[in-house]
Amino acid sequence: MNSVILIAGARLQVVLLLVFSAYMLLRGHNAPGGGFIGGLIAATGFVVYAIACGTKDARAALRFDPANIAAVGLGVALLAGIVAILWGDALFTGQWLFIGETETDKGLPLSTILVFDIGVYLVVLGAVLSIVFALEETS
Amino acid sequence: MNESPSPRWITPAGLLPVVVAGALFFYFVQMVPAIADGQTLRHVIEWVPSLGVNISFLIDGLSLTFALLITGIGALVMLYSARYLAGHVHQARFSLFLTSFMLAMLGVVLSDNLLGLFVFWELTTITSYLLIGFSHATQKSRRSALQALLVTGVGGLALLAAIVLIGNAAGTFELSEIRAMPGVLTQSVAYLPILLLVLLGTFTKSAQIPFHFWLPNAMAAPTPVSAYLHSATMVKAGVYLMARMHPSLSGTDVWLWTLTIAGAITMVFASVMALRQTDLKLALAYTTLMALGALTLLLGNDSAYTITAAATFLIVHSLYKAALFLVVGILDHQTGTRDANKLFGLASAMPVTATAAAIAALSMAGFPPFLGFIGKELKYAGALAVASEPILVAGAFLIASALMVAIAGIVSFRPFWSRSGDPIPNVKEAPWPMLVGPIVLAVLGALFGIFPDLLAASLVNPTVEAILGPAQEAKPLQLWAGVNLPLALSVATFVLGFTLYFYKIQLRNMLIRLVDSSPSFDRGWDKLLAAVLAGAKWQTRVIQTGVLRRYMFITFGTALAAMAGTLIIKDVVMPVLGVPDVTIADWLVFLLVLLGTGLTAITNSRIAAIAGLGVVGIGIAMIFILYSAPDVAITQLLVETLIVVLFAAAALRLPGMGSEPLRSRPLDALLAIGLGVSTTAVLLMVTSGPIDLELTTFFQTASWPQAFGQNIVNVILVDFRALDTFGEIAVVMVAAIAIYALLKSKPEKDQT
Repeated sequence: MNSVILIAGARLQVVLLLVFSAYMLLRGHNAPGGGFIGGLIAATGFVVYAIACGTKDARAALRFDPANIAAVGLGVALLAGIVAILWGDALFTGQWLFIGETETDKGLPLSTILVFDIGVYLVVLGAVLSIVFALEETS
Repeated sequence: MNESPSPRWITPAGLLPVVVAGALFFYFVQMVPAIADGQTLRHVIEWVPSLGVNISFLIDGLSLTFALLITGIGALVMLYSARYLAGHVHQARFSLFLTSFMLAMLGVVLSDNLLGLFVFWELTTITSYLLIGFSHATQKSRRSALQALLVTGVGGLALLAAIVLIGNAAGTFELSEIRAMPGVLTQSVAYLPILLLVLLGTFTKSAQIPFHFWLPNAMAAPTPVSAYLHSATMVKAGVYLMARMHPSLSGTDVWLWTLTIAGAITMVFASVMALRQTDLKLALAYTTLMALGALTLLLGNDSAYTITAAATFLIVHSLYKAALFLVVGILDHQTGTRDANKLFGLASAMPVTATAAAIAALSMAGFPPFLGFIGKELKYAGALAVASEPILVAGAFLIASALMVAIAGIVSFRPFWSRSGDPIPNVKEAPWPMLVGPIVLAVLGALFGIFPDLLAASLVNPTVEAILGPAQEAKPLQLWAGVNLPLALSVATFVLGFTLYFYKIQLRNMLIRLVDSSPSFDRGWDKLLAAVLAGAKWQTRVIQTGVLRRYMFITFGTALAAMAGTLIIKDVVMPVLGVPDVTIADWLVFLLVLLGTGLTAITNSRIAAIAGLGVVGIGIAMIFILYSAPDVAITQLLVETLIVVLFAAAALRLPGMGSEPLRSRPLDALLAIGLGVSTTAVLLMVTSGPIDLELTTFFQTASWPQAFGQNIVNVILVDFRALDTFGEIAVVMVAAIAIYALLKSKPEKDQT
């Protein structure tokens, strides 16, 4: 599709959607959002970009092969689950670290749960884009 | 095959397996005193305790005997292969397969849990497949590997079914607990199916007639593999399991007669077939079959004589047969042939090999003072003590043993000492790593023959005790038991054996004519495979029409039949429908969904249909929002968006839908309406009952204190049920790869 407006809009939109997807991913534990939704939003951004500028540009903008992103995501999720074993817990038990914890405030919560959710995010992003790009390219 | 510059054989790939096997061997050796004392060692790792699946290991006399054979012969064979395959491109792969096999086989004989045993059992099948097909470039190797895999695989499935039945009957999968309940299986209603399925597993694995044909074909594997898997260890897994289950399954007429008949036929058939072969390795393969038949036959009984004979013969056979296989491998490696008609008088060229071969062969033929003699005497004593037909069984043993004498001569006497032909010139003695195995194994056969008490106290007695229970005393192993019937039978064996050896050429020619004119199991196998393949092709043509609409029709039709059928059979009463308090918003969403559905159903444009579906999806997302499930709604909205994009991308490349008017598809309409109505009915029924809020309450109360999260949906996904989510994203990933492969693998010219 050769529309200047669409291309300009898509470039702007992909940035916004990526930032928004990260926001959705990180707030997921306490408010609507999470890795699955975040991954879908990010994928939507790239899908729009691919429709506007073509899959070649979209692949270049993504930098990594979507299948690799998905595979890395699966690995990250698995690692997040395995870490629990090091603490002697069952597989996929969440491990938490509260930075700057005080009596009243829990501080900055870091957890393997978040890492797991990032894995989900990457798998969804990579898998959706693998399919969409491949479909677009078969034309 | 004299490779002049000897290849480098001291490599990690070659020697690491030797170190592993050797270390394991000494680990098991130091357990011998404790086991000989009558102790058993048990180690349990809980795996899935809720299902009774554990990784538990039990070491008693029987498993220790097997473990020592596996690791001891394993170490020698691996040393041998390090040199035999030195310089081979895939030597590292070979070492990996062989070591994996060894560990799997150890798992089989040490597992106390039947399901654990089954896993290891299948692992031996798979590693055996990989090893038989090691020379994967030849069609014969591939066929033999597949044949072995399928035959033993079918047996494995039968075994799994048997294990499930045993678990139901006994209430446990632990073999030691099952043994502690005498009669729990023999008096169970499922006894006959259990027995037949177990025997199907063991007979295929241990190559009893009519499942024997894969074993001679398995000789396509490199010789160390034949020596190790298809003679000393893997094929004895079936024998092991029969011995292991002996206390729980034996003592019935079915057990006695099945094992006796199958064992006896296999034994006699195999020893006759062995005489027919000119390939020394094949001749040995058939004698292995004979040994497996003999062991099966002996295990059919429960007298102390037969079980002692089985335990002793098991060890005797592993020692001499592995040695002889390795000798044949040496002949092959040094001369380039294994043909009995070409190998003569090599004793002066390879004196050490000749000596090892001679000692092993004397043990095989059952001459005193070798262990083989004691084994043979015990077999005769055992045969005379069988519960079935002592005369017939002893006769079968006489024929088989006499043929063993003749074959021992053909395999080990003729190639080295016979002057009937000219020796192949320029043959050198094998390098020492290949000689260690045959010598050690042959000498052990002689040593245990002269000092039988050594073996009796350490391994045979504990093995017999493990099979028959502590109440039964093993019969003594002795070279001179006085003038008795077994001794007379031994003398007859030698006389008959020598006669057969002298007429071997005439006998072989006669057998070749006889065998070639009779139906062969191997050819029958090919016919069976062809029939299965034809059946598969036929049913694919019938079921897989390739028309997507027909698949969908069948899928949804089945769903409708199941749902409507259940509603009708259960004779459910429809809940009274009151008009629920719906808001204007609800009505509007309902209308939107209805319009989308209508558009999809009646339009002739694919893009319009996709847009219609999108409207339906968005309407459903709005329902989620109205009923405050924002997470689900967002996901639904995004998925809906992407689906429309995906569908559109795919639909643009499809031809138009055609202008088939709606009324020409009444069947489709009927199906759609029926499915809609019954789904609605089921949903109404579900929601009319009281809703069990136990899980909801749990997640609501536990989410924050336990998982530090307020969004319950997300907490469930990534914390409480993280393993499920992991499985799901793995599925997403696999689906993506599959779709990618499907799209990319289309040939260029098919794309429009």
